[in-house]
Amino acid sequence: MSERLTRFFASRWGILLAGAAIGLLAPLLQKAGNPTNMGICVACFERDIAGALGLHRVATVQYIRPEIIAFVLGSLIAALLFREFKPRAGSAPIVRFLLGMFAMIGALTFLGCPWRALLRLAGGDLNGLVGTAGLVAGIALGVVFLKRGYSLGRSRPAPAPVGWIMPAIMLGLLLLLIFRPQFTKDGPIFFSAEGPGSKHAPILISLAVGLVIGFLAQRTRFCTMGAWRDVILMGDTHLFTGVAALFVVALLTNLALGQFKLGFAAQPVAHSNHIWNFLGMALAGLAFLLAGGCPGRQLFLSGEGDGDAGLFVLGMIFGAGFSHNWALAGVPDKLAEGVLTVGGPGPYGQAAVIIGLVFCIVLGITMREK
Amino acid sequence: MTKVVDARGLSCPQPVILARQAMEEGEFPIEVLVDTVTSRENVRRAATKAGLQVQVEAVGDEFKLTLTQ
Repeated sequence: MSERLTRFFASRWGILLAGAAIGLLAPLLQKAGNPTNMGICVACFERDIAGALGLHRVATVQYIRPEIIAFVLGSLIAALLFREFKPRAGSAPIVRFLLGMFAMIGALTFLGCPWRALLRLAGGDLNGLVGTAGLVAGIALGVVFLKRGYSLGRSRPAPAPVGWIMPAIMLGLLLLLIFRPQFTKDGPIFFSAEGPGSKHAPILISLAVGLVIGFLAQRTRFCTMGAWRDVILMGDTHLFTGVAALFVVALLTNLALGQFKLGFAAQPVAHSNHIWNFLGMALAGLAFLLAGGCPGRQLFLSGEGDGDAGLFVLGMIFGAGFSHNWALAGVPDKLAEGVLTVGGPGPYGQAAVIIGLVFCIVLGITMREK
Repeated sequence: MTKVVDARGLSCPQPVILARQAMEEGEFPIEVLVDTVTSRENVRRAATKAGLQVQVEAVGDEFKLTLTQ
């Protein structure tokens, strides 16, 4: 039975189901309270967690997002049920941490991860198209490195704690979310009173949806980076089926719920600075490729015992701290009295994206398996 | 002689890249060693797509895929 289910989830129907489920549930989470075109955004939600913990102090983006917790735990449950939980680590950990950091800096330049790029587009935000184009460009560059033998080296089986640390951290976050302790006067844990961080679905709904997605994604290996990579690298459309299903179902759901607004300018939590939307996501795409998975996939891998993926996730959260403390992140468009001010990253943010691209390109050229 | 591709511990998509390189060399059978179900399914899919026969054997926690024409 277990083997038959495994084969189903590994089939095209399996990945189609996972993508369609995310495409349906993300707009419903928005309906239930999550920010606009941000039913699910792995990068944004990790950024909110960084804010809640006080790793950055931008008051509008601070919340411990239950979806992130549940993605890891849902994947853990699936991996345990199907005997795939395997503690492992040791594949260039410090490199993965920095890749996570720069992936986050790139994603927050655009204001979204590959998941949100699709969800933004499905909500009518055409900047999602520019972001996705950047993502694909970054992945295509990474494929060149892969073909030339790029590798972060092998991981090795590791003692049990290596695999349990990330699920344990997520349980810790869940406790912080429930009990909301305040560690110092005016100090963390922070929860936004206004802005995107204040908008969230009820905790139990977020947790339930996250568990379902975590479970399905672990079984099907859903990955928004791998989808493009496999098409470019070998014409394999398996994972792409999932991404396509996500987009189509999210579009239909948004249309049905009246959550669709077409255009470039002044979209919710977005900017229409095309160059930096493109370059930010190119950096993110390249970093995800070099680390072997999109931010969602890294969470799911960390739930099945992959300590290296866990470190990538922590790198992303750490990167979110820098991104907002140093004002690297893109600033949304502003529309005041009919006058549009196009947002985007400031000079430091632009420099950070360039530094990140250089870092990733150097890695792509120099990292080989010994 | 059987060609052995040891892809254990490598992350996506390197097991598939290595298996495909071996397939392109055209000498069969090929044994591919992997240590995750993900890699097992990815290599199985790539080999099946290339019209090869795939036999899978569990070796402890790991898997051995034998690809033949």
